[in-house]
Amino acid sequence: MAELRYRGTVVQRGEDETVLDALERAGVAPPSSCRAGACQSCLLRARAGTPPADAQRGVRESLRLRGYFLACRARPDGDLELDDGDEDRQVEAEIVELGHLSDDVLGVRLMPRRAFEHRAGQYVTLRRHDGPSRSYSIASLPEAGALELHVRVVPGGAMSGWLAHTARVGDTVSLQGPAGDCFYLQDRPTQDLLLAGTGTGAAPLLGILRDALRHGHRGQVVVVHGARTHAGLYLEQAFSSLARAHANVRYHRAVLAGEPSDGVTVGPLDAVLSDLVPVPKDWGIVLCGDPGVVHAARRRVFLAGAAMADIRADAFVPTAAAPGLA
Amino acid sequence: MPTLYESLGGQAAVDAAVDIFYRKMLADERVARFFEAVDMDRQAAKQKAFLTMVFGGPANYTGKDMTRAHSHLLRDGLNDTHVDIVIAHLGATLGELGVAQGLIAQVAAIAESVRDDILGRRGAGA
Ligand SMILES: Cc1cc2nc3c(=O)[nH]c(=O)nc-3n(C[C@H](O)[C@H](O)[C@H](O)COP(=O)(O)OP(=O)(O)OC[C@H]3O[C@@H](n4cnc5c(N)ncnc54)[C@H](O)[C@@H]3O)c2cc1C
Ligand code: HEM
Ligand code: FES
Repeated sequence: MAELRYRGTVVQRGEDETVLDALERAGVAPPSSCRAGACQSCLLRARAGTPPADAQRGVRESLRLRGYFLACRARPDGDLELDDGDEDRQVEAEIVELGHLSDDVLGVRLMPRRAFEHRAGQYVTLRRHDGPSRSYSIASLPEAGALELHVRVVPGGAMSGWLAHTARVGDTVSLQGPAGDCFYLQDRPTQDLLLAGTGTGAAPLLGILRDALRHGHRGQVVVVHGARTHAGLYLEQAFSSLARAHANVRYHRAVLAGEPSDGVTVGPLDAVLSDLVPVPKDWGIVLCGDPGVVHAARRRVFLAGAAMADIRADAFVPTAAAPGLA
Repeated sequence: MPTLYESLGGQAAVDAAVDIFYRKMLADERVARFFEAVDMDRQAAKQKAFLTMVFGGPANYTGKDMTRAHSHLLRDGLNDTHVDIVIAHLGATLGELGVAQGLIAQVAAIAESVRDDILGRRGAGA
């Protein structure tokens, strides 16, 4: 049975427990959110002992080699001595701009206090001081300096509610990351790209599109943004004007409810994608946003011929309740 | 003499086969449901592990590992027919890649050899 040591506490991992479950039971919970390996909020370091390889999937190589792993995915058989990792893993960042992009989407700009290497489309984990930890995708290019994030305001949301109602320009948060492989690949300048997502999943798509255009991408780029209703298509202007300015960029909208019109299709995103690109063989595909939609779309494009290695996706998995807290 | 794994082309052969094989599994409604619950990122890694193993490559799974990896599927009704289907898709995948019949038979034999582990008919409590 594995023994875990963390912040001066020793706890035995129970049969089916993850490291996160066990530490929570012992009252020394690290930050967490999705409990599904998607957000990297629960990143810990094993100072001694070997974390399971399965719990290191998606963790950046430089961190993986130093023993970092995701506590929500780890069911180690051996003992682990844990800590939160190096101080310098967290970077302070100041909120330099905070406003509404639509009724329920905030545009947030964060200026890191130190160099913070990242790619447009990756995600960062934001931590309020002494508060929750949540991940958001980057819509801006690194040269912009400040990171642009799009945050949907969730009723009762610990992070989005704070940003909407309490936070002010000048406040600071800490940033961890970046993580994720949803970014533009410079070595494929002629590959056709399908960038699709729902809701604020449009943020990384905008970032990737900006990066592709900056690099003079020559293949076509098809952007598909889905939302429940037309009101959710909060980047209509930004995407439309990029499509007007670049002959190889097409912008499509998909809504679940409403009237079809020019460039707007009514139907689930995965079905719309297969109408637009019936055979996505050799396409580079990025899918972001609602986990169910991302899953369905990924399955659909794969079955239609896209290579698994050419499909990259970030499912915006929401915060899950801890076991026992029904 | 080269090993079976080397004859097939090693890691490159696994990479070439994984998409074709996984697409066949997901497209076949008799077995697709077993793979639905697993997220596709993780599943691709598991498919590679499966192929490496049946290609006679560097996999260090024991029969007990195989029983454990599939025990939750047994509860969902996994049976001999499903194993037959998987082995058939495996053969068809290799056929599409131009692998010789003799090698395909050897791969099928490795898959066959763990059938009882997969179906929980060997080892403790079975
Ligand atoms: C890789 C990754 C990237 C992400 N990128 C973005 C991004 O760019 N923009 C963005 O707005 N969000 C993004 N998210 C989601 C984000 O991390 C938070 O989950 C979200 O902002 C809600 O956090 P909160 O603290 O406001 O609400 P919480 O306090 O976490 O949630 C309050 C309640 O609402 C529920 N809830 C929250 N969201 C949903 C939902 N979508 N569906 C159902 N129930 C829900 C929670 O389960 C909880 O009960 C991303 C998530 C991941 C994993
Ligand atoms: C024919 C012999 C088979 C072999 C040699 C085999 C081998 C494997 C291997 C090596 C893994 C990865 C284990 C791990 O690392 O966790 C695996 C996982 C899996 N196998 Fe098989 N398998 C076989 C048959 C089947 C069949 C018939 C099905 C269902 C139709 C199936 C469904 C799965 C699923 C769904 C997983 C992922 C389980 C999970 O992680 O949730 N397998 N298999
Ligand atoms: S990755 Fe562990 S809580 Fe999200």
